[in-house]
Amino acid sequence: MSEKDLKFTETHEWLRVEGDVATIGLSDYAQGELGDIVFVELPEPGTALSSGDVLTTVESVKSVSELYSPIDGEIVEGNAALEDDPAVINSDPYGDGWIAKIKLAEGTDLSGLMTTEQYEAHVKG
Amino acid sequence: MLTKEAVEVRKTALHEEHEALGARIVDFAGWAMPMHYAGIVSEHRRVRSTVGLFDVSHMGEFVVTGPDGLAALERLTVNRLSVIKEGRIQYSAMCNENGGFIDDLLIYAMRNGYMLVVNAANRDKDYEWVRSNLEGDATVADVSDATALVALQGPSSEPVMSKVTDAELSTLRYYSWVYAEVAGASTTLSRTGYTGEDGFEVYCSPDDARTIWHALMEAGSEFDIEPVGLGARDTLRLEMGYSLYGSEMDENRTPPEAGLMWITKLDNGDFIGRDAIARKIEEGVSERIVGFVLESRGIPRPGHRIMLGDDEVGRVTSGTFSPSLEKGIGLGYVRTGVDRGFSIEIRNKLVEARAASLPFYEHGSVRRRKK
Repeated sequence: MSEKDLKFTETHEWLRVEGDVATIGLSDYAQGELGDIVFVELPEPGTALSSGDVLTTVESVKSVSELYSPIDGEIVEGNAALEDDPAVINSDPYGDGWIAKIKLAEGTDLSGLMTTEQYEAHVKG
Repeated sequence: MLTKEAVEVRKTALHEEHEALGARIVDFAGWAMPMHYAGIVSEHRRVRSTVGLFDVSHMGEFVVTGPDGLAALERLTVNRLSVIKEGRIQYSAMCNENGGFIDDLLIYAMRNGYMLVVNAANRDKDYEWVRSNLEGDATVADVSDATALVALQGPSSEPVMSKVTDAELSTLRYYSWVYAEVAGASTTLSRTGYTGEDGFEVYCSPDDARTIWHALMEAGSEFDIEPVGLGARDTLRLEMGYSLYGSEMDENRTPPEAGLMWITKLDNGDFIGRDAIARKIEEGVSERIVGFVLESRGIPRPGHRIMLGDDEVGRVTSGTFSPSLEKGIGLGYVRTGVDRGFSIEIRNKLVEARAASLPFYEHGSVRRRKK
């Protein structure tokens, strides 16, 4: 589960594609900026999404943040473990802190997303 | 949420300590302050379980002196100040002619006057208000820049503080103060706090703040002391149902609406706003502060609508996730008469709320000190 396989958005979501399903989460940088995450609103399976739609809401003690879907597709599953332990997003943002799985719409183009190196440069600059 | 260095932002004497501890620094009322260090939830739980240390040096302190000082302050504040003898402290408020809050504050009765401790965000406004409304032979001096302030809070506060001072702490009652040497520095030491736990606030010269901070962190290490930021300060006070100026109180809210008639004495002679407050009570207030807990998942936030069916009956003023209750809690102004059955509208969804008596958290160690 290497970070190297991930794609990133400018709005700090990460994406890992296996077959036609993408797993999506929040980057380590974003979880650090948010602080202790105390609540995650999980998306409903079956919901259709377009790229740029609000995927879900993640709340820290002090703030409410929206996650945006990087792709067109349909929600397969939200990470139910986040209901009881939302803080796993803070402790393991790329592993157990995954947020949703989305079935990619046909012909989805991922070329607009950033590589790990590009994303790291983006947050530094 | 990147932190930026603003040219005008002020730093407390402990700024380097916060940076060395890896604090997330934010601009609060023009001050660079630590929002959190290890994390709001862990800091909050640390204060409730053993002890934490806060830098609250950004707050304002004024000293009122002169033979007419008491009379002048009684005209400016809502509570009965005359009962507070030297060594005691009173929670009070200043109101305008309409009964609206200028600020809430603590008043320390000193030998030759009174020290007022005010909210950081209101320091300049409050100083101007006091200065221009003092009557008789009384003067006010703003000593904020000469005063640093750290707060030690938690059930283990007394054993920690006793390692760094010879002052007799076991007899220092809640809402009392003494002059004390702490870590060899001269201080005003009070048994006060904004967390609902036992604790102390230490007023010192900014030149001594670092010595005192390090001495308390060292003394507290046996109790797993942690530095605590403004984020946890807010979750701790909200669990106690304490009002915050700018949230539950502002110049358009009055004591009867805010649930603060317990500090407002209408039988103590005239004070600015007295008649307006008395009239409000006679007419009946249209809204009052209510505390509530969310029964389902969700976190209330300031501005969220409070609904009774399709009817908006109020707005949330403060809301957060309570680390102790592990539920959403909040305060809000609600139409008088509505005391149950309401919901909070969170992003277009209605989440049922249960009206709760305050404090939300009932196991604070401060209760054992209130003798």
